[in-house]
Amino acid sequence: METHAITLTVNDQTYRGEVEPRMLLSDYLRHELGLTGTHVGCEHGVCGACTVLLDGQPVRSCLMFAVQAEGYELSTVEGLASSAEDLHPLQQAFWEAHGLQCGFCTPGFLMTLVPFLAENPQPTEREIREAISGNLCRCTGYQNIVAAALLAAEGMPE
Amino acid sequence: MVLYNAYPSDPAMKPPPFEYIAAESVEHTLELMEEHGDGAKLLAGGQSLIPAMNFRVLQPTVLIDLNRIEDLEYIQHADDGALVVGAMTRQRDLEKSRDVERVAPLLYEAMPHIAHPQIRTRGTIGGSLAHADPAAELPAVSIAAGASMKASGPEGDRWIEAKDFFEGMFSTALGSDEMLVEVTFPAKTSRTGWRFEETSRRRGDYAMMGVAVEVELDDGGACKEARLVYLNAGDGPIEAEKAAAMLRGERPTPKLIAAAAAQAADHEIDPMGNVHASIDFQRHLARVQTERALVKAFDRAANSKA
Ligand SMILES: Cc1cc2nc3c(=O)[nH]c(=O)nc-3n(C[C@H](O)[C@H](O)[C@H](O)COP(=O)(O)OP(=O)(O)OC[C@H]3O[C@@H](n4cnc5c(N)ncnc54)[C@H](O)[C@@H]3O)c2cc1C
Ligand code: FES
Ligand code: FES
Repeated sequence: METHAITLTVNDQTYRGEVEPRMLLSDYLRHELGLTGTHVGCEHGVCGACTVLLDGQPVRSCLMFAVQAEGYELSTVEGLASSAEDLHPLQQAFWEAHGLQCGFCTPGFLMTLVPFLAENPQPTEREIREAISGNLCRCTGYQNIVAAALLAAEGMPE
Repeated sequence: MVLYNAYPSDPAMKPPPFEYIAAESVEHTLELMEEHGDGAKLLAGGQSLIPAMNFRVLQPTVLIDLNRIEDLEYIQHADDGALVVGAMTRQRDLEKSRDVERVAPLLYEAMPHIAHPQIRTRGTIGGSLAHADPAAELPAVSIAAGASMKASGPEGDRWIEAKDFFEGMFSTALGSDEMLVEVTFPAKTSRTGWRFEETSRRRGDYAMMGVAVEVELDDGGACKEARLVYLNAGDGPIEAEKAAAMLRGERPTPKLIAAAAAQAADHEIDPMGNVHASIDFQRHLARVQTERALVKAFDRAANSKA
C-alpha cells in the first residue's frame, strides 16, 4: 500500500512521517509518536477516551486518519502540564475533587473540558453534564468529574 | 526542530487498506468517482464511515476525502432569504450559527441532539443526509423544513426535494456518480411554527423516537400547512401525511391535536423496536411527542415575529 508523507504539529512540536492511509490518528499518536497519553477504548466513536484537539476543536482521534491531519495543529493531554508539579488548572481540579480513579478515561475528559471551559468559563452543572455526554467513565462515577469541572471553573477568570 | 516518527512500527490496524486521495474540488471529486467506480467512497466527516470501516463492515478500496474542499463549507443566504448550506459544513458550525437560528429554527433546535460535541465538530450536514440513517435527526428535519438538496454529477447539477431524497434504509436518490453539494432551507415566515422533540436514553444517543414538526397558520388562525416527520420510526424518515391533512384548514384545538397525534403514532409510523424501546413504547413516545410538538409549534406560529 502506498504511503503518504505527513507533517503535523502536536503540542507545539512538529513531526514528520510516512503513513499508510488507513492508520488512525489515535494509532499514529500512540504507536508512531509514542504519545500514549491519548487512550483508546472503543475505536468507534462512543467512549471519548481518544479525544484530542484539532486546531483547538475537540475530535475523536479514532475517527480520523492520520493522513487527514496533514498540516494541522494538535493538542493532546501531554501538552497540558509543564511538569508533574505544575498541573493545568483543570488537572489540578481533577486531583483535588477526586475526578479520577483508574484514569483511563481522564485524558478524554480533560481534552473535552479544556476547550469547553475556554468557551464557557462559567458553566452550569447541566451544561457540564451535556459537554461530557460523549465521554464514558467506568469507575469514578460522573459526580466527581462534574465537581472537578465546577472547581476548575471557579478558579477561571470570568 | 522537526522530529521524525519516534517509534516507527507496524501496529495492527483496524480499518482495511485503501487508497487515499484528497479531492481538490467538486469537479475533481466527480472525475475521481468516475475513475474509481463502485469501490470508491466519499469521506466527509467520517463519523459514520470510519466506525463502519473500523468494524470492517465497509471495505472501500479508495477513499476520496472531501475535507480539503474549502468551498463546500459555508452558511449563506439566497436572494429570497433562504438558508443555503454547503455539504461539508460541520454540524457544530450550524449549531452555533445565529443565521441558522433566525432563518431555519427547526434545524437549529435539532442540532444539539445529534451525537456529541466532539462528533459534531467533524460530522457534516451532507454526510448525515447522504448516509440516510432512519434514526438520524437531519433527514427528518430536512423534510419537515421543506429543504431541497443540490446534487452534482457528470451531467451537471440537479435539485431534489427533501421528501424525494430519502429512499429507505441508508439509501437516497443520489446516483452512484453523483454527490450532494448543497442544501437549501426556506426562510421561516412570520406565520411559521416549529418544534423538534426526541427521547433518547442519554443526551447524544440515537433517539428511541423523535419528531420534527413545522406548521404555518393563515391570517384567520387556521392551520395552512403542517409537516410531521419521524425518526427511528421505520426504514427512513417517516412523514405522517394523514395526520397533517387532519390539521390543514382547521383551527388547532387540543382535541384536534390529540387526534392527529394518535393518527400518526398508531397508524402512520412503522417503528421496529429494539433493546431500549419496544414498538408499543415507541408509539407511545411518538404520540406524546407529537402532542407536545404541535402545541409548541402552533403557539410559536401564533406569536412569532418573522
Ligand atoms: C458515537 C456516535 C453517535 C452518533 N449519534 C448520532 C445521532 O444521535 N444522530 C445522528 O444523526 N447521527 C449520529 N452519529 C453520526 C454522525 O452524525 C455522522 O456525522 C453522520 O451520520 C455522517 O456525517 P459525516 O460527515 O461524518 O459523514 P461520513 O461518515 O464521512 O459519510 C457518511 C456516508 O455518506 C457519504 N457521503 C458523505 N458526504 C457525501 C456527499 N457530499 N455526497 C454524497 N455522499 C456523501 C459517505 O460516502 C458515507 O457513505 C453518531 C456518530 C457516532 C460515532
Ligand atoms: S476510542 Fe475513540 S471514541 Fe472510543
Ligand atoms: S477513571 Fe476509570 S474509567 Fe474513568
